[in-house]
Amino acid sequence: MSVLLLLIILGVLTTLIMESMPSIKSLGIGYLWGKVWDPVQNIYGAYPFLIGTLLTSFIALIISVPFSFAIAIYLGEYNPKGWLSDLLKNTVELIAAVPSIIYGFWGLFVLVPLVRTLEMKLNILPYGVGVFTASIVLAVMIIPYGASLGITLIRMVPSPLKEGAYALGATRWEVIRSVIMPYTRSGLFAGVLLSLGRALGETMAVTMLIGNTTALASVFKDVIFGPGNTMASVIANEFAEADHTLYVSALIELGLVLFFVTVVINLIGKRIITRFTNN
Amino acid sequence: MEAKIGTRNIKSMIFKGIIVFFAFLITLPLIVILLYIIKQGITQVNWHFLTNVPAPPGEKGGGIVNALTGSFIMVLMASIVAVPVGILAGIYLSENPRTKLAYYSGLCVDILQGVPSIVVGIVVYFWVVKPLGGFSAIAGSIALAIMMLPIIIRSTEQTLKLLPDSLKEAALSLGVPYHRVILKVIVPCGFAGILSGITLSIARIIGETAPLLFTALGNNFFSLKITGQMESLPHVIFTYATSPYDDWHDLAWGASFILLMFVLTLNIVTKLLTRKWKIQL
Repeated sequence: MSVLLLLIILGVLTTLIMESMPSIKSLGIGYLWGKVWDPVQNIYGAYPFLIGTLLTSFIALIISVPFSFAIAIYLGEYNPKGWLSDLLKNTVELIAAVPSIIYGFWGLFVLVPLVRTLEMKLNILPYGVGVFTASIVLAVMIIPYGASLGITLIRMVPSPLKEGAYALGATRWEVIRSVIMPYTRSGLFAGVLLSLGRALGETMAVTMLIGNTTALASVFKDVIFGPGNTMASVIANEFAEADHTLYVSALIELGLVLFFVTVVINLIGKRIITRFTNN
Repeated sequence: MEAKIGTRNIKSMIFKGIIVFFAFLITLPLIVILLYIIKQGITQVNWHFLTNVPAPPGEKGGGIVNALTGSFIMVLMASIVAVPVGILAGIYLSENPRTKLAYYSGLCVDILQGVPSIVVGIVVYFWVVKPLGGFSAIAGSIALAIMMLPIIIRSTEQTLKLLPDSLKEAALSLGVPYHRVILKVIVPCGFAGILSGITLSIARIIGETAPLLFTALGNNFFSLKITGQMESLPHVIFTYATSPYDDWHDLAWGASFILLMFVLTLNIVTKLLTRKWKIQL
C-alpha cells in the first residue's frame, strides 16, 4: 500500500510533465515571464499569474502572521490550560474546518461591498473584487496553520530555560522575547512556510474573489486593489473551456509550477519541524 | 535592561494586552461568517428544499436533493477506496518506521498533503475523465480519495505509534501470528484514533470544490449514475453563488448552511473521539 503512495506521486508528476510537454517545447522557459496571456492569439505568458499568486499569498501572510503568532504565544505561554484556552483553540480549529467555498461565498457577498466602500473613500476604482479582497479572506484561512504549529512548539520550550530567566528577574515579555522567541524561531518560520504553501495553492475562495482578469495592471494601486488572477484561479476558470492542445498544456504547466513550488515549500517546512522536534 | 522595574512591568503588561487582543480578534471573523451563513441559510432549509432539484432561474422554490445525494455517493465511494488503503499504509508506516520504503512513502504523504487540490483535479482529469470520455462521479470520487489519503495515513500512524510496545509483545509472546496481532490487538486498540482520522478526512473533503470542477462537474438533475456527471454540495454553491440570479443565491445560502452543519458535526465528532481517547492529532 505504501508502494501505491509512491506510484500516486510519481503518476501525478509524470502526468503533469507529459501533458505540459507541448507548451514546454513550444514556449520554452520564456513562458514564465511572458507578460501577455491571450488564448485567442495563442500567446501564453504566466507572469501575471505568478505575480498574482505571490502578491495574494504574501499580503495574506503579512496579515496573518501577527494573529497566528499572538494565538501561539497566548495559548502556548500565557494561558495553556482552562476553558478559555480550549474555547480559543477550538475556534482556531473551526477556522481551518470551514470549506474554502464558504469563505469565497461569504467574501463575495459581505466583504466585497465593504471593500468597495473602502475603495470609494480612498478614491480608487471601486471594483470590490481583487487582490486585496482575496488576500484578506486568504489570511483568515491560513491563520490556523501557523498558529497550531506555533502552540505546540512554544509549549516545547524547556521550562528550566524559562525559569532561569525569571530567576534573573526578567519580566514575562522579556522571557518571551529573549528566551522563547529565539528558541522557537526556526519552528515558527516553518509554520509561516506551511501557511504560505496553503496560500499558494488555495483555489476556490481566491477564484471567487480575485476578479479574474488576465491583464497585468500597470499602476501599483491597481495591482493591489484591482482585479487580478492567480495560477490556481486561472486553471479553475479556463481549464474546462480550453479548446486546443497548446492552451490546455499551458494551463497544465501552470499546475506543474504550482505543484513544484508547494512541494518544495512544504518539504522545507516539514524538514525544519522534524529537526526542531528531534533536538 | 537598564530601565526601572516599573517601566519593564508596564511594557510586559502592554505586550500581554496586545497578544490577548490579537488572539481573540480572530474569533470575530469566524463568528461573523457563521452567523451570516446561519441567518441567510436557515430560512431556506425546509422539506421542499431537501427533496427537490434546483428550479430554473426566475422560478421560486427548488432544492438541492441532487447535490445532497451526489455528495453522499461521491464521499462514500472515496471512503471505500481511501479508508482501507490509508489504514494499511498507516499500519505499515508505524510498524516499519526505519525501512527505506517507509521513509519515501512518508515523504510522499507529506507531498500529497501539500498538493493544491486543483492540481489533483487536473491529474485525475487525465487519469480518469479522458480515458472514460466524459466527466463522471467516479472521477470525482477518485480525486476526493487522493485528498483523503494523507489525513487517514497520518492519523493512523500517529495513533498506532502511541500504543505501548508491551501490548504487541505480550500478544506475540503468546504465540499469536504477526498478522493476527495487527488485526486483533493493534487495530482495535487504536480504533478511535483511526476513526477520528476518517471523520476528519471526510470533513475536509466534503467541502472540496476544486478537484470536482474537472472531474464530476455538476448536474442540474437528479442522477445516481456513477459514470455520469454528478452534482455535489460545494459545486452547487459555487455555480449558484457566481450566478446573477437572486433565487439561485438563496439556494446557495441554503446549501452553504447544510454543508457547514455537516462539517461542524463531523468536527465535533472527531473532537469527542480524540478527547475520549486522549489522542493528539
